Parts: sequence; structure tokens; C-alpha cells
Amino acid sequence: MTAPVSVKAPSGIDELATLRIAPVRRPWQWVATGVVLVMLALLLASVAMNPNMGWPVVGRHLFSAEILRGIGWTVLLTVLCMALATVLGVVIAVMRTANNRVLSAAASLYLWFFRGTPLLVQLILWFNLALVFPLLGPAVFFGESAGGLDTNHVINWFMAALLGFGLHEAAYMSEIVRGGFLAVGRGQTEAAESLGMTGTQTLRRVLLPQALRVIVPPSVNQFVNLFKATSLVAFISGQDLLSSVQHIYANNYQVIPLLLVASLWYLVLVSLATLGQHYLERRLNRGHVPTTAKGAKG
Amino acid sequence: MTAMVQARGLSKSFGPLTVLDGLDFDVERGEVVCLLGPSGSGKSTLLRCVNRLERPDAGVISVDGEIIGFRRSGDQLHELRGKELARQRSNIGMVFQNFNLFPHRTILDNVLEGACVVKKEPRATAREHALRLLDRVGLTGKVGAYPGQLSGGQQQRVAIARALAMRPKVMLFDEPTSALDPELVGEVLAVMKDLACDGMTMIVVTHEIGFAREVADRVIFMDGGVIVEQGPPHQVIDRPRVERTRSFLARVA
Repeated sequence: MTAPVSVKAPSGIDELATLRIAPVRRPWQWVATGVVLVMLALLLASVAMNPNMGWPVVGRHLFSAEILRGIGWTVLLTVLCMALATVLGVVIAVMRTANNRVLSAAASLYLWFFRGTPLLVQLILWFNLALVFPLLGPAVFFGESAGGLDTNHVINWFMAALLGFGLHEAAYMSEIVRGGFLAVGRGQTEAAESLGMTGTQTLRRVLLPQALRVIVPPSVNQFVNLFKATSLVAFISGQDLLSSVQHIYANNYQVIPLLLVASLWYLVLVSLATLGQHYLERRLNRGHVPTTAKGAKG
Repeated sequence: MTAMVQARGLSKSFGPLTVLDGLDFDVERGEVVCLLGPSGSGKSTLLRCVNRLERPDAGVISVDGEIIGFRRSGDQLHELRGKELARQRSNIGMVFQNFNLFPHRTILDNVLEGACVVKKEPRATAREHALRLLDRVGLTGKVGAYPGQLSGGQQQRVAIARALAMRPKVMLFDEPTSALDPELVGEVLAVMKDLACDGMTMIVVTHEIGFAREVADRVIFMDGGVIVEQGPPHQVIDRPRVERTRSFLARVA
């Protein structure tokens, strides 16, 4: 270690300026790093070498037709639900901020119900819709004689999941969208209006592009949640990734290896979504360069 | 010819607070009017009523003979919304205290936005005009930058160019230098002075007494939602007749 140097007089400063600067030593950081690495290695080894993990079984099923089909359903369901939730979420968010009391109250009511009851309960309710409305169509409002489609025919596991996840997710998305618009200052609307933009032009060209910056990270969060949450369709005899896995291990009793297969695929899907987020954010962040203290004033 | 901007019986309250109290005022073509007064005196509200960012409770405003925010049919006025109001606003330029540039668009695109989206000018024509305006406000080298990369003074000059790109009949300035560091105020005032010399009709809410004295054709001193005193700058600023004007000027000067 360098001996402590005391500064006595300004005359010594030129000599001090020539000295080498030794960085602070952090021995305990090295110890901590070592401990973490050793523990990580032990953990990896115990997982990799453990015969109960059944790695050969994992390998056999990882790309099997049934698993891939399950992945297909999971991806399709997630994407469709997210699309439904986004569109509906924007509508509800706009309704909530509307001056019309009835519209904003209706939006609040929607939020209250769909955010306030468990997702799994909603899912099972939709799946059992036939117990409430045996016929869909005019019959729902005017009694059975008015006619309609057989509910059991319309509501299969996929439709139930689409409605269950989509409507539930829309409640969350509406709040995310609303937050995004709140984050864009009032001045932006005024600037657009003073240029003579109409409401639609203001929304599309000024507010939405800026709100998206704020909306995207929590939305991807919701998307990732949804990816995993779709595994709940296993409760309503679905055909998604987890259901496929359950179906296989019900026959061969290789529970752990097959759950590993599912976990690996969920990780891959979520990683892809995260990668997409990275590129999306890079595009939306245009103009938001680190600002100088003065430029940041506006 | 009628005055460029005319207001009659303008009133506006925010809850129990009366901000404009039956105010009348005219601005002639090519005239530069500076609005002075303590905060809360109604200067900004008056300015914002001219392009109807603020909706007056009573009274009418016309710009170049056209009633703002209404359509006349017979002896009735029908309130305008959406497209028609937007068209009226497109003839009135506004510069805000906090610039309000669009942060997600480049400087050039900020200036182009109104011409291309609202006036539907061909992009090449609009671009040429925009570049000329950016040159005029001294920002030729910054066309590709984003607002966040510019100083406050530069941003405000872009905001002026953005408003001018609409070829407005009148320009409204709402405390254009109040958010700027002192050393950046001058460059913005210089652009505004240049504009005034060019014959633009301007209404400027400001605390820059020096600017008002030098550039304004008329100074209006407001307090409590009414015009307390008005006249040429040398009269209102240097020899105010009303005690309220005198005490305000003593505090800011």
C-alpha cells in the first residue's frame, strides 16, 4: 500500500502530481466472488449429474411433435390475448379519461371487476358459460325462445382462454395505457392544438408515439406474465405447452424431465419476448438522448 | 380594415377566481403589443383565449375578421369543434414558455410537422420553407438534432420557426424567455425583434421590460383581469400614470 502522504505546502504539489495512483484494494470482494462461483458450480453439477433429472428423457421430448404443438397453441393464445387486451385496454383507458361520467364509470366498473377477481376463477367461469347462458345470441337478453348458438359448441377451451385471459389482461393494459398518456405533458397537446392539429392527429402523431415509450416496458412485462399464465388452461383441459407435458408424463411417469422440457421452452419464449422489447425500445427512444443540464430544462 | 385581433367583453373564471373580467382590446395589423402585469393578472389567459386553448366564459374574439371558436348563422353563434377550430388555430402561431417541442422528432421534423400534417403542403416545398426559417433563427446546423440535444435558447428559436412555418397572421408569445438561463434570453429576443421589424402582428406576454420598451408599439399593463393602463412604452413604462403600474414596475425593474 502507498504510504499516506500529507500535504504540507503548495510547493509539494508538483511532486505529488507525478505520483502513481494505486486503486483501492477490495480483498473481500474477491472472497465473495470465489464463494459465489463455487456454489454456482456445485449447484450446476448437482443438477447436471443428477440421474433423477432424466436428461436423456428431456432430450427425447424437447422437440417431439406433441410438445411443439403445445408451444404453437401457447404462442397463438398469448399473442391473440395480448392483441385483444391491447385494443380493449386502449378503449377502456380512453373511456376512463373521458369527460362523460357514465363512460368513465363504466370503465372503472370494468377495471374493478376484471382486476378484482382471480384469473383462474374467470377462466373456469368462461369455460362453464353454458351453465349460465345455454344459448348465445339474442337468447342472452330475451330468453331462450329468442334463439342463439349452442354455448357448448362455441366455448371450447381456446375460446374460454381467449376471453378469460384477454378480458383480464385488458383491465391491466388499460391502466398501463392510461399511465402512458398521463406521462406526456399537457404542453404537448397544447403545442399540437396551436399548430391546428385535430384531435386524431394530435393523438396519432404527438401523444401516442411519446406514450408508447412509457407503455412498452410494463406491457412486455404483462406479455411475459401472460406467456406463463396461459399454462392455467391445463385446468380447463387445454392443449397448450404445459397440458401437452402433463399429458405425456401421465403416461410415462417422467414428471421431472417433462417439467424441465416445459420450463426450458418457457424460458426460450420469454427470452425472445425480452429481445423484441430491446429492439422496440431502441426505436421508441429516438430523441431521448442523455441531455445536458441546460437542454433538459424543457 | 378591421384590427387584426379584437376582443370584446372577455371573461374567464377558474372556480371562484376571476381571471379575466369583461376585457376589451384590439391589436392592429403589424402592431407589437406587450402584456405586462403581476402573475395571476390574466395576461397568459388572455393570450390563450386568442387561439382558444382557453375557452372564455363570455365574450368574443376575432382574428382577421373571423370569430374564433364560433360559426355565425343568422343572429346566432354556434360553437366550433374539431376540424374547423383546428383550421382557425392554424392561422395563429403560438410560442410557449416551455417550448413544447415534440421530443421524438428532429428539429426539421418539428418545423415540418404543421405544414405537412395540417396544411398538407408537399414535403419538398415545406422542407425548403422550413430550412429557410431555421436559417433565419440561426439554427441551420441543427436540423437533424433532437430537441433534447439543444439548449433552451435554441429550442425556443426552433419553436418560433415551427410557429412561423404555418405562415400565421398573428404570433402569440407566452413568456417566451421565462424558462431560459439569463445568458440565453438575448438570442430569443433578437429573433423576436427581427420578426417585429418584419411587420408581424405580435402579442407578447413578458417580464422583459427592456424588450417591451425597445420593440413594442404598445404596452398593456394588466392587473386583476382588467387593463389598468396602456399606451406607448415610453409613457407606460417610463411615466406610468396609475399607482399599481408604478409599484409593479418598481418591483421588476
